[in-house]
Amino acid sequence: MQEYIKKAYDNIGLPRLIIAGFFLLVLLSAVPLGLNIATLLGDTLRRWAMYGILVLAMVPAIQCGIGPNFGISLGIVSGLLGAAISIELEIANPWLAIGVAMLVGTAIAIVLGILYGMLLNNVKGSEMTVSTYVGFSVIAFMNIMWLSLPFTNGDLIWPIGQVGMRNTISLSNTFGGLLNETLSFTIGQEGKGLFVPTGLILFFFLVCVIVWLFMRSKTGIALSAAGSSPAFTRSSGINVNKMRIIGTAFSTALGAIGIITYAQSYGFLQLYNAPLWMGFHCVAAVLIGGATTKKASISNVIIGTFLFQGLLAVALPVINQVLPESNLPDVIRLIISNGIILYALSKTKGDK
Amino acid sequence: MSTHFLLNMKNISKEYDGNQVLKNVNLQVKPGEIHALIGENGAGKSTLMNILFGMPVIHSTGGFEGTVEINGEQVFIDSPQKAIDYGIGMVHQEFMLIPGFTVTENIKIGREISKPSLLSHLFGKGMETLDFEQMARDARKALSDIGLNIEEYIQVAGLPVGYMQFIEIAREIDKTGIKLLVFDEPTAVLTESEAERLLEIMKVIASKGIAIIFITHRLSEVKNYADSITILRDGEVVTHKDIKDISIIEIAELMIGRKVEKLVDLAEDTRTLSDSDIALSLKNFHVDMPGERVRGVDLDIRKGEIFGIGGLAGQGKLGIPNGIMGLYKAEGTVEIFGKKLDLSKLGSALANGIAFVSEDRRGVGLLLDESIELNIVFSAMQIKDEFLYHLGPVKLLNQKQVRQHALKMIDLLDIRCTGPTQKVGSLSGGNQQKVCLARALTMNPEILIVSEPTRGIDIGAKKLVLEYLAKLNREQGMTIIIVSSELVELRSLCDRIAIVSGGKVSAIVKPDAPDAEIGLAMAAG
Repeated sequence: MQEYIKKAYDNIGLPRLIIAGFFLLVLLSAVPLGLNIATLLGDTLRRWAMYGILVLAMVPAIQCGIGPNFGISLGIVSGLLGAAISIELEIANPWLAIGVAMLVGTAIAIVLGILYGMLLNNVKGSEMTVSTYVGFSVIAFMNIMWLSLPFTNGDLIWPIGQVGMRNTISLSNTFGGLLNETLSFTIGQEGKGLFVPTGLILFFFLVCVIVWLFMRSKTGIALSAAGSSPAFTRSSGINVNKMRIIGTAFSTALGAIGIITYAQSYGFLQLYNAPLWMGFHCVAAVLIGGATTKKASISNVIIGTFLFQGLLAVALPVINQVLPESNLPDVIRLIISNGIILYALSKTKGDK
Repeated sequence: MSTHFLLNMKNISKEYDGNQVLKNVNLQVKPGEIHALIGENGAGKSTLMNILFGMPVIHSTGGFEGTVEINGEQVFIDSPQKAIDYGIGMVHQEFMLIPGFTVTENIKIGREISKPSLLSHLFGKGMETLDFEQMARDARKALSDIGLNIEEYIQVAGLPVGYMQFIEIAREIDKTGIKLLVFDEPTAVLTESEAERLLEIMKVIASKGIAIIFITHRLSEVKNYADSITILRDGEVVTHKDIKDISIIEIAELMIGRKVEKLVDLAEDTRTLSDSDIALSLKNFHVDMPGERVRGVDLDIRKGEIFGIGGLAGQGKLGIPNGIMGLYKAEGTVEIFGKKLDLSKLGSALANGIAFVSEDRRGVGLLLDESIELNIVFSAMQIKDEFLYHLGPVKLLNQKQVRQHALKMIDLLDIRCTGPTQKVGSLSGGNQQKVCLARALTMNPEILIVSEPTRGIDIGAKKLVLEYLAKLNREQGMTIIIVSSELVELRSLCDRIAIVSGGKVSAIVKPDAPDAEIGLAMAAG
């Protein structure tokens, strides 16, 4: 029995126990504050599934050896571009619209991902730094592009001046909430109970399964080997650089699908600087889930995203209650989210 | 001469994890003599020098037995700093120089001469200014002592390799009170004329009363320049003589030693080897593998043969298999059963029926974080598309087939593990080697190349691995090439042994060739 507990403890790891404990503590402290626990849990569930695919994008990147993909913004802007093109085409059927958005976004992401992978092959050893800068640069570059791309749909561009795209683009006319509403149900009273976005969760799981299958395919196994031991992989006649490019492109493509999933749940496309820090949140989530900069699994993603997003979803309303009517909640939100990232990065080595 | 010794190491014994690497070794060096220390790889030379320098690796593994005397006084050296204080210096094989610094700075680093300044009065000694003039004078003197004519103010970066070696020496003799210098294979990286110059300088240094311990593999250097010699073999001193009393052939013979132990019991030999049936042929084969360069090798290995490749470390024997497998840039012709191999294409040897067990087990041979079963099937899966479900373009791992095969291999090779899912990183060296072997065999190769098959594994596993190789050869007719530093295992298994020296094959010998012949072939070039 004792051995069993020790084994379970080793599997879960101290950081996750601490964060899970903290999560429960904050959740319990919401009760005396008069907050609706069902709503908080519903939020946790929704955020978990809407961020999940973006975090999942870290798996092929880490496994192929480029480390946590801070440059996931590249995939994110591809997805945003895909969604914008889908809206521009005014596709009536929301399923078709989201399908087109994902296909176009993925196509752009794969092309950019291949180029990005080639870049990363030239900077082996400092991928984390370079990918961070790639992430920032592409956002800055797209800031110019969002202003100058020739979109004409009224939903996309500023109503005054007719030039440049809006900061936030409502998806209510196309695929906003599409996955969330599918097969959804509420436990308890409508509006107050625990809302379960079944379609969103199922889609997240579906992508998880696809990635899991990919990692067990011939290419996926070669890619993981390339990440963990380039010398070994070469000795089996595999082109390590090619595997790294495949992993990077796959990660970028997942970023594109991830942001579209995120946007449909949120209800808006957020352009310009909105995705600037998303890469960090994704990296933090997967690291909290127990991944290292060298090894990541699907379960790391599922656990990590739940803890990271759950903590944010629960902690913020609680702080709002404790410290009302000031801008402190916002400051504390930053401290908490960045604190988690720092903690996660400090745990990149030494535990699994 | 009297029996005054500068250095007298007496009855030195040392063991690592129960593995005796030095047994009652005595080493006596007189002032002003060049004392050659000779031995095969693994004979214990490095361990002996590590003891002399008080290296942490010795003291963190339980210290050593025996005594060290300097000038007749017993000393206890437990750190490299103490060794330096006693006047022992070392000229390293790899240069420990800072490329962006000048010659002077490199010579004086760590022992800078400084003078007080305004800031040092306020903030202490760390703020004193450097006395560049005095330092330059010292450097100048050290350089001229060894007859090196370069300006002390130029940067080390960009100097020829030979000069760097001389700057290392200058740095050592600049240390005040230096009494003993150790040269660890100083001529290995030098050209012939540079090497000659260095040896002359060694004589000059020795004539100033500094004793020199000279470690080298080039026996002609020993005969021409050393005054006395100590030969180590398997951690024991086999001889200690004045150089005039010993010939090169004797040195070679003593270095190799007659090793009679039979490692494996071979099954009855029913093979017929034919000179016209060539499995692997190398012509003018060059490999650019750092530290193990191959410079033009021609070999014909017959089908069904067990062929050994031996030689000292750094001479290029490891470059041959690594070049064939495409792991390092290679030139020349490689033919497998008459079919030419495309050396520019990675994995072309694998695809043509050659499997390789690397000498770098943990780096190249295994995925340490992965399971035994995945390690075993990896190459066959990637190269031959085995162990996969084929669903159109999608190829997924066939876990059931993998498990079956892994269990079979674990049983066949007697891999001691908790199960096929255990991570190979947690296996012992011998069992890791068996996993490597299992991976190579899963490829069903026609030619199997094993590099250093018994390095770092215990005697029981050693016997099993070697016997299994012999069995593969005798029963399945597999052509096997063994690259090894352990002459005894080559001798007990191989039909022919190629000795590699200086990147070329210096001789192809029978396994029962006399020691002197093999020793000379190893030391040639």
